[in-house]
Amino acid sequence: MRISVITVIVAGFAASAAYAEEIEPTAVSYTDGAVEKSLSGVAGDPANGRVIVGDKGQGNCVACHQVTDLADVPFQGEIGPMLDGAGDRWSEAELRGIVANAKIMFEDSMMPSFYKTEGFTRPGNAYTGKAPDETFGPLLSAQQIEDVVAYLATLKE
Amino acid sequence: MRILTGAILAGLISTTGAFADPVDDKLVLNEETEMVVRTAAPAHVSETLDEVMSGWLFRGEETRAMQMDDFDNPGMIFVEQGQDSWAAVDGSEGKSCSSCHNDMDSMAGVKATYPKWNAEAGEVRTLQMQVNACRTERMGADAWKYDSGTAINMEAALASVSRGMPVNVAIDGPAQSMWEKGKELYYTRTGQLELSCANCHEDSYGMMIRADHLSQGQINGFPVYRLKNTKLNGSHSRFKGCIRDTRAETYSPGSEEFVALELYVASRGNGLSVEGPSIRN
Ligand code: HEC
Ligand code: HEC
Repeated sequence: MRISVITVIVAGFAASAAYAEEIEPTAVSYTDGAVEKSLSGVAGDPANGRVIVGDKGQGNCVACHQVTDLADVPFQGEIGPMLDGAGDRWSEAELRGIVANAKIMFEDSMMPSFYKTEGFTRPGNAYTGKAPDETFGPLLSAQQIEDVVAYLATLKE
Repeated sequence: MRILTGAILAGLISTTGAFADPVDDKLVLNEETEMVVRTAAPAHVSETLDEVMSGWLFRGEETRAMQMDDFDNPGMIFVEQGQDSWAAVDGSEGKSCSSCHNDMDSMAGVKATYPKWNAEAGEVRTLQMQVNACRTERMGADAWKYDSGTAINMEAALASVSRGMPVNVAIDGPAQSMWEKGKELYYTRTGQLELSCANCHEDSYGMMIRADHLSQGQINGFPVYRLKNTKLNGSHSRFKGCIRDTRAETYSPGSEEFVALELYVASRGNGLSVEGPSIRN
């Protein structure tokens, strides 16, 4: 009880702080493919990150990657490497860079850039096949990226 | 704990790894016609592929079996409808297709060469475009909407009489510029996911992308009857779906872009047998 009250208060505070410190997709600074600074200014929530990674309507990372920790999610793809141990292989800054725009770390990677809004060829409005409208934004929000990064950091061999 | 992890891993492997490669199987139609479902890549794709393979090799056992016998192939019902409209008089001239071409068997081998340059019209024509040219210019009938039911049934009927013959699309001469245009589209990474046809069907065929087993994206089996929507589907509709899945603004069936792409993709399958109508999930 006590814990949840505190969580709610912290979350509320965090949400307002987040707004002020959020880094726009066009303003992210990459160093050798890594991003040092939190995109939202708020610590990521690994539990929510776990959901995003497995959810078809959110990150859908399992379309291409297998994750043993997500064995409850059926039909995991095999285009990219298995994510088990990603938290050992990469620092938090590197993971943030990979999820935000993997093509900087891995040249010509097939992995989509999840925090990018410009430079596409014929971008569409989600999966409608139609031209984009004013709702066009990055595939994941700054906080969703932070949540995913926090989750990946827990994947230790 | 260790054992448990092992069990989970085994579970993962059985949902993905087990399907990883094309099967080693032969496609013999109606117990008589052996189809070429894998063969050496034609020269113009040999830089990136050793072999070209039919999408049939990437489907499950039951789906493959359905295509081996015309009585089990639900696409054949639509072929019959196409044959009916072949013989049906339509338009101001009081003619049917058979008034000029006799029976459908006279069309054996035609599907294998399309899309094809038409010198008189000065354009590359898909089979549906050619059918529409006959309808509007010779029969005085209306053009069928691209990839609509009637158009696709006719394409399937025309494909069915070419089954077993090798795809042999010409890419040189006046067709070359359309072919180049199709090739460029094939390698362009479109949409917010920035994926090209090649990313999925050249670099990753044989792998699972979520629940789908990626094939080489060949069109020798088109039109295809899909169990998912229980009707025949044209190659342009398939291209549209694949491009939509890259979160892109698509092109339309019948557009110049898709005519070019059809020519290019068909040519990647030169040497495979015409299989339409085939069965896919
Ligand atoms: C369309 C395929 C695809 C999707 C979707 C995808 N990835 Fe990737 N990912 C790859 C590929 C391919 C690589 C390997 C890098 C390379 O060579 O391009 C990779 C590499 C990675 C790596 C480094 C792997 C390692 O351990 O060395 C991480 C971490 C990663 N991806 C996380 C994610 C996350 C998180 C998501 C979803 C938010 C995601 N990926 C979605 C294809 C994909
Ligand atoms: C994000 C991955 C992806 C991209 C990009 C993609 N496809 Fe596909 N495509 C699929 C999947 C999944 C299927 C269904 C499984 C299969 O047959 O490969 C498919 C099926 C096909 C088929 C049907 C093959 C058959 O035998 O029934 C064709 C043809 C095809 N794609 C062509 C294309 C073309 C041309 C492009 C580019 C314009 C393209 N695809 C882009 C994922 C993709």
